Amino acid sequence: MHHVMLDPIALISCISVFVQTPGNSSKADPETLVLIASLYVFALAAFLGYQLISRVPPLLHTPLMSATNAISGISLIGSLVIAGSKHEGQHAMLASLLGCAAVTSAMINVTGGFLITDRMLKMFHKKEPAKAEEKK
Amino acid sequence: MNLTYLIEAIYLLASVLFILGLKGLSHPDTARRGMIQAACGMGAAIVGTLFRPEVLHGNYLFIIIGLVLGSAIGIPMARVPMTAMPQRTALSHAFGALAASLVGIAEYTIQQPTHASVEITALGLEVMLGSLTVTGSLIAAAKLQELMRGTPIMFKGQQILNLLLFVSMLTCFVLWLTHPTVTPYFYGMAGCAFAFGIMLVIPIGAADMPVVMSLLNSYAGLSSAATGFVLHNNVLIIAGTLDGFSGFILSILMCRAMNRSITNVLFGGFGATVGTDTGATGTMREVTLDDVAVQLAYANQVVFVPVYGMATSQAQHSSRELGNLLEERGVSVKYAIHPVAGRMPGHMNVLLAEANVPYSSLYEMEQINPEMPQTDVAVVVGANDVVNPDARDNPKSPIAGMPIIEVDKAKSVIVLKRGKGKGFSGLENPLFFKPVTGMLYGDAKSTLTNLAQAVQKV
Repeated sequence: MHHVMLDPIALISCISVFVQTPGNSSKADPETLVLIASLYVFALAAFLGYQLISRVPPLLHTPLMSATNAISGISLIGSLVIAGSKHEGQHAMLASLLGCAAVTSAMINVTGGFLITDRMLKMFHKKEPAKAEEKK
Repeated sequence: MNLTYLIEAIYLLASVLFILGLKGLSHPDTARRGMIQAACGMGAAIVGTLFRPEVLHGNYLFIIIGLVLGSAIGIPMARVPMTAMPQRTALSHAFGALAASLVGIAEYTIQQPTHASVEITALGLEVMLGSLTVTGSLIAAAKLQELMRGTPIMFKGQQILNLLLFVSMLTCFVLWLTHPTVTPYFYGMAGCAFAFGIMLVIPIGAADMPVVMSLLNSYAGLSSAATGFVLHNNVLIIAGTLDGFSGFILSILMCRAMNRSITNVLFGGFGATVGTDTGATGTMREVTLDDVAVQLAYANQVVFVPVYGMATSQAQHSSRELGNLLEERGVSVKYAIHPVAGRMPGHMNVLLAEANVPYSSLYEMEQINPEMPQTDVAVVVGANDVVNPDARDNPKSPIAGMPIIEVDKAKSVIVLKRGKGKGFSGLENPLFFKPVTGMLYGDAKSTLTNLAQAVQKV
């Protein structure tokens, strides 16, 4: 119980400290600082992921997989920027089209992933209401 | 600019909500709320992105096309039957990885890098991992959907070909890192990765799919995380890493449940290997439907051991009806779920939940095994390896050391089986010849329905 309460909160606060760094970084900041911050984020997210996922019971492993799938659909935000920005040069159209295709694939995972996870989670229930009435 | 700070704050919020969402999944009661939080985080991040300066000064045409098309495909994909969950999930790994590789390729054409840097390395990794996950997942989905043969596809020189592909992929990667302007290196790398993804999955049998699915999940997540490095976006790194680690942990759990290493799953070509089974022989004791009905009706505790085959014949609903009748008679009914009982991690639990079995009746292998000696009747639905005592007793068995549900310790075992042949893996199962075991032949669904009727008459 002690760990359950402490670990994620401590980790989130650690992460948020580093999340701020690249946010503030304009292009003037040295690139290495951004990289180091990113590596911290990666390492802490990996550790946090391990802690979080180990606590998911096997009962919910299928919803877990579809949930993480939906969440990693966040790559959508990268795709949106590519699809929406004005590009220069001979490959401008290609970049926009690739971006558009990426938005499509990521959006499939976001909508499909969250909807099916919810559909699955809705099915898990303790005891049927009817049964609870007739027993005890 | 203020808007930039606001958008960064939204991304931070989204990261926290994703983490809370996964934390909610630690219990079925909090899971739905958690996922709604995560979905809100996603929604906020998407809306925030639409107001980024690059997008505001660009155009929304391609964005709208993508979003509409994606929703049009994604929403119907959320309505597939639960038995098709594995192939749906495999497809979504493919889409996730495709998005990551497309972003990588687009970034490469936009940036036109001239020298190696950390971003370029991350970009290369992203495209490489992404591409091999795309084709690998598509093959996995095709196998699960039975569009292609589920058995391992092996041929002479396969290992050498795989090694060659892998080496040429890495060579292209290194060459490209040193000469980022030479596009053929880049596309050569992507091409090798596509081919390698196919080659990686075709020798893997349908029974090993839980491991492969988890592994591909991991790759798809890591390629998203690499995207985060390329775009300097922390929410991408966090979400991708969480996904990557989730897949990684699941693949370890699945391997442990089969007592095999990841390399053995990937390169072993299980199902083609011939081990020494006990060559167990003897007579199988056939029992009649009415005998079984009486046994079940007067039992104190009945444990059902379902496997994937049960779901394909939709027998879980009949099993639930039988379970209901027994519970009304005061019998305690439990379901014992082996980690690899389904075609993906946790698949069997979802199928039973769909059949209205409360999750408090679903027991994991470790929980149910100590209860087996007190169990009056264990009902094995579909013959399978997960109850094969050889795994425990015979060190020479190909599945030696694999943890099993110890049904043979129950007072009586009923095996529902289509015919007298060998199981899925072609192994002889000594359980069938034990004195406690009774064989009940026939289609699982109709047998269970008939059993329910017979129990009512007892």
